Amino acid sequence: MSEPHPPRLLVQPAPFLRPTVSTPGIMGDVLIALAPTVVAAVWFFGISALLLIAVSAAAAVATEWGLGGERGRAAVRDLSALTTGVLLGLVLPPSLPLWMAALGSAVAIALGKLAWGGLGHNLFNPALVGRAFLQAAFPVAITTWVAPGGPLALYRGTLAWPFLSAPPDAVSAATPLGQMKFLGAATPAGALFWGDVGGSVGETSAAAILLGAAWLLARRACDWRLPVATLGSAALFAEICHRVSPEKYPGALFTLLSGGLSGGLLFGAVFMASDPVTSPLAPRGAWLFGAGVGALVVLIRFWGGLPEGVMYAILLMNAVSPLIDRALQPRVFGARPAPSAAPGAGTGP
Amino acid sequence: MSFARTFRHGVHPHAHKEATEALPVERMPFVERLVLPLSQHAGAPARPVVAVGERVERGQLIAEAAAFVSAPLHAPVAGRVAAIAPRPHPSGRLVPAIELETDPLSSQRLPAGPPLDAGALDNESFVAELQNAGLVGMGGAGFPTHVKYRLPEGRRVERLLVNGCECEPFLTSDHRLMVERAGDVVRGAEIAAAQLGVAETVFGVELNKADAIAALERAVDGRAAMRVVPLAVKYPQGAEKMLIRAVYGVEVPSGRLPLDVGMLVNNVATMTAVADWFDRRRPLVERVVTVSGPGVRRPANLLVPVGTPVRAVLDHCGGLAPETREVVMGGPMMGSPLASLDVPVVKGTSGLLAFTAEEARLPTEYACIKCGRCVEACPQFLNPSRLGRLSRAGRFEEMMGYHAMDCVECGSCSFACPSGIPIVQLIRVAKGALRERAVAEAAR
Repeated sequence: MSEPHPPRLLVQPAPFLRPTVSTPGIMGDVLIALAPTVVAAVWFFGISALLLIAVSAAAAVATEWGLGGERGRAAVRDLSALTTGVLLGLVLPPSLPLWMAALGSAVAIALGKLAWGGLGHNLFNPALVGRAFLQAAFPVAITTWVAPGGPLALYRGTLAWPFLSAPPDAVSAATPLGQMKFLGAATPAGALFWGDVGGSVGETSAAAILLGAAWLLARRACDWRLPVATLGSAALFAEICHRVSPEKYPGALFTLLSGGLSGGLLFGAVFMASDPVTSPLAPRGAWLFGAGVGALVVLIRFWGGLPEGVMYAILLMNAVSPLIDRALQPRVFGARPAPSAAPGAGTGP
Repeated sequence: MSFARTFRHGVHPHAHKEATEALPVERMPFVERLVLPLSQHAGAPARPVVAVGERVERGQLIAEAAAFVSAPLHAPVAGRVAAIAPRPHPSGRLVPAIELETDPLSSQRLPAGPPLDAGALDNESFVAELQNAGLVGMGGAGFPTHVKYRLPEGRRVERLLVNGCECEPFLTSDHRLMVERAGDVVRGAEIAAAQLGVAETVFGVELNKADAIAALERAVDGRAAMRVVPLAVKYPQGAEKMLIRAVYGVEVPSGRLPLDVGMLVNNVATMTAVADWFDRRRPLVERVVTVSGPGVRRPANLLVPVGTPVRAVLDHCGGLAPETREVVMGGPMMGSPLASLDVPVVKGTSGLLAFTAEEARLPTEYACIKCGRCVEACPQFLNPSRLGRLSRAGRFEEMMGYHAMDCVECGSCSFACPSGIPIVQLIRVAKGALRERAVAEAAR
């Protein structure tokens, strides 16, 4: 007879094999995917960009920790607050005062996430809630654009004191979208691709964003249908408008590459529209969601009063995401009418 | 990248079969006492036909089927009936059982009889013979095999699928059976196919068992309307409906049986048992069990007499490593946890797996981020995320609208969930409650 060991066996329900991916792991993959964009942001917009991202990230984590109660302190480990903070930092203009970034980040976590019940329960993308708050509260600061100043740039607005108006920067620059919309001028495609143009710190470099997208998709950290549907839909609608009136509307390529005024399309499609929490769960819903974002972006850019559009397009689609989910549930296995049981039933191989 | 046939969705857990897949089946020695629960199958418990103190021979009927959906029991050893009383069952409950005391002097020869010509039997007597053999599904569910063979008026089975997928990680008992007894697998299928009058018999085997595929192909050689179909390695490939979908591209309608599309699925172990019964008149008294897992000192594939205590089987394999914290009967995806080692191996026991604290540790649970991995994993195309959420909120009735009853409890959702949510368990709980309510309604 063997010794009576083990003294007590655990009785847990099947399955007994554990998942190979974890939620913090997915968040970590998003952060890794954001790394090239962070590097590009610092390369083009210098110390200001670095400080913006760092302050926004720190404020997000601090808000989760401070306001989330006991659960919030534990939730910091899931890395979602950090991800939200970095995302927000990347969609801000380079010369935005840091205190505004911190405030926006706190709002993103407090109103964008905690007020809904924490991770997984929010209806809107928290980073975009923060961005929308800043847009409403500081319309001038959030639309003040500066030219890329290199890795050592420190814009004067960055360190402005809270609630004291920031002195305007000496060198200001219009973004490619602004130029297109309000001046009718186009920007060379090369500059748009590498990111040497005015815009939000993380939205100008298509190259960096695509590098991150490759990581996200390779690691299956987001549903590939979301960015693909968003970009495809925007390109399609833009191209249709361009064909109809070439001198008035830019074509698909420009629409895909253009960063600029709040919500670069590429950045939004890859990192914002792809947020699993605020997008539909089922595959068909993902296609519809992305198509909706793309169409709204073009609608707002071409006919709206703003040169931007991605932020509002995603927030609007966030709002209908639960409805899409309800309407487009997956088809249950065997729900199709089946072949009869008569001789010869079933299709041959 | 292989393009072998398969079903849609599913998951790819690590196979963990290396420890035992090349080990020939060895016979587990007879132990002093065996416990045979009267319920080793779905349906009515068997009714004892022996008395305490009575001597029994190996293979002798000791309990008869008490209803159509029931299965008889035969003595796995020659010896004496020591008790007929409640005994611990793998389910964790005390269940009436026949306890046998092995005769240490017996040769333990299993008598063989003259072959029975299955071809001469009509459907009714064939079904009765299958029941007499004590056959139950050997993949774990334990559904009496003969029930599937009783064809309602006007129904025909066009295709017999022999399930050699063994998609559960760690398990290699079916694999070894296919390699070592390919002839009997094919022979059993031949008997069943002839009786059903099927147009085709297919052996579905996952590609990671190349030697089993080769052995079956050799055994099939020359037989018309029989073929071996290699399938992609994916869990749960061995679920009946997934196997049918993989081989024929047909979806069995929701809430219906394979019979409704003219098909019948049997496990390879069931096929060898059919051959044993008709060709040698040997009832089901032993089965191959894979003993494996990080907590087992000497992993093995053992031919174990039904009723042998789990403790004895594990001892035969060198005992458990001291750090063992969890012992599972069956596979790691759908098996059941054992609260005690003093329960017997039953007809549905495909494996005994021992896990240490490291594997047994529950994953840290996070909030659902709606990543959709469970949706992409579910072979039944359900929305496990929503079902789990509704179950947690106690909104069971609403779950019916999301097809909760179509869940096959394969566990792919829980395995895929990065937030460590025990989704399949939440669904199981709700299904149980819904079934109870339905019974209560019916009783009113």
